[in-house]
Amino acid sequence: MFVYADHAATTKLRESAAKTYVETAAQYYGNPSSLHSSGQQAKEVLEDCRARVAAALGGEAREIYFTSGGSEADNQAILSAAYAGAKKGKKKIVSTAIEHHAVLHTLEKLKREGFQIVLLPVGEAGIVSLNDAEAAIDGETALVSVMFANNEIGTLQPVKEIGALCKSRGVLFHTDAVQAVGHVPVDVREIGCDYLALSAHKFGGPKGVGALYCRRGAPLTPLIEGGAQERGKRAGTEDLPAVAAMTVALEESLREMPAEQEKLKKLQTMLIEGLEKIPHCALNGDRERRLAGNTSFCFEGIEGESLLLLLDEKGICASSGSACTSGSLDPSHVLLAIGRVHDVAHGSLRLTLGAENTEEDVAYLLKAVPEVVEYLRNMSPVWRDLQEGKRKYIL
Amino acid sequence: MSLYSEKVMDHFKHPRNVGVIENADGVGEVGNAKCGDIMKMYIKVENDILVDVKFETFGCGSAIASSSMATEMIKGKPISEALTLTNKAVAEALDGLPAYKMHCSVLAEQAVQAAILDYYRRNNIAYDPAQFKDALCAHEHDGHDSDGEDE
Repeated sequence: MFVYADHAATTKLRESAAKTYVETAAQYYGNPSSLHSSGQQAKEVLEDCRARVAAALGGEAREIYFTSGGSEADNQAILSAAYAGAKKGKKKIVSTAIEHHAVLHTLEKLKREGFQIVLLPVGEAGIVSLNDAEAAIDGETALVSVMFANNEIGTLQPVKEIGALCKSRGVLFHTDAVQAVGHVPVDVREIGCDYLALSAHKFGGPKGVGALYCRRGAPLTPLIEGGAQERGKRAGTEDLPAVAAMTVALEESLREMPAEQEKLKKLQTMLIEGLEKIPHCALNGDRERRLAGNTSFCFEGIEGESLLLLLDEKGICASSGSACTSGSLDPSHVLLAIGRVHDVAHGSLRLTLGAENTEEDVAYLLKAVPEVVEYLRNMSPVWRDLQEGKRKYIL
Repeated sequence: MSLYSEKVMDHFKHPRNVGVIENADGVGEVGNAKCGDIMKMYIKVENDILVDVKFETFGCGSAIASSSMATEMIKGKPISEALTLTNKAVAEALDGLPAYKMHCSVLAEQAVQAAILDYYRRNNIAYDPAQFKDALCAHEHDGHDSDGEDE
């Protein structure tokens, strides 16, 4: 049995997207910047894609910039807003403790350059509080950046409310919607954001392509110089096959969203209720306000990497926030931010399901995960200490 | 996953000498749960020979494999020989570990030393502290630094 349960990491390329990719590459190989008919045909396809991506997000075509993915879009949005703010003497940026590293590392870079970075807490539920955001925004604030949905624990942030708050305070608002687009309704006008980042491979599009929505009038400076592509905001010959495939994947994911959500919600309930039967474990993040595909748990007394390796042996692809899986000493910053101490954060498991997963898959997960957890606990000195009362249970 | 050698995966999936020795002659525990690795080594000694060795490990695949390999390398050997076990020897016996996982083999070496040190102390056997400096400072172990990346 093979169960792919790591859709938050990446998804399988949709057949329609693969077909579009190959056809576009074969037929529209001209450079969209070329004057000749081959180039102009490619340009037409490119602009058609731009209009369709814009329509899918509720924006205008000229507000869409194609990028190499979510990370680039996040970087460009944040740096553009920060440097524009600095010119007006605003050097404060408000964000959250659970952002993706594409945001956090960009903020760290700005901190080294003299910006003040405020990372709001998220509490045990993994959701930022509107009051905290309101209190943190002041006259010095150039930008607020809050993700739409978290990549590790799936929690949905109150982006609409924060968007309205930012608008009323005249502060730019960026949202990293990489995990949300294609899975929950995302409308840039409804959110009231100035910037929104998305990545194609999270909704069945190809890797290496994404888009930045930048509201008309919001500051935008290029990260890559060297040409007039993307209206001078992103140099480099456009990856038209990838853009076209992304567009098709996005439209298809929107059409399938209601049915997919209903199905995933059902599988999620089964999975959460089943895993909760394992003693001394806890669901990470709010039970209701989370992506339907995301189930994240911490199991006490074991370490996540060994859990993943053994699940892989059983044909299960999953993910963990343990230090060993990230190659660093500390476990996931997201798990630490929701109050999981190091000892239990190391024992985390993230299962993210997608449209092709079935009830049989969940049944298999519910058989395999408890077995592996028990096996590892049986060789864990921490678990022995817990059972013998020499150490106190945290979960 | 090709992150690890076949040997590492073999010892991880089929760990040798896993478990507890009741009434062990020496027990050593190194690492800490905060860092995500704890190794506990149990030894049974007869005439200066490690007649039995068992381990329990909380940690990643390479930590479990390193413990398993270390027990195999010292079981049935004289204490004096077990004390010469180095982390490098453990890593080499496993056909290598990724650079950022080398600390797992260090923990295995330290756990062996800690168990023998415990045996010496329990039996009031004189020892050279210099020989156990790694085990003695094992509880302050840390320091592998590299940066994490998600998707």
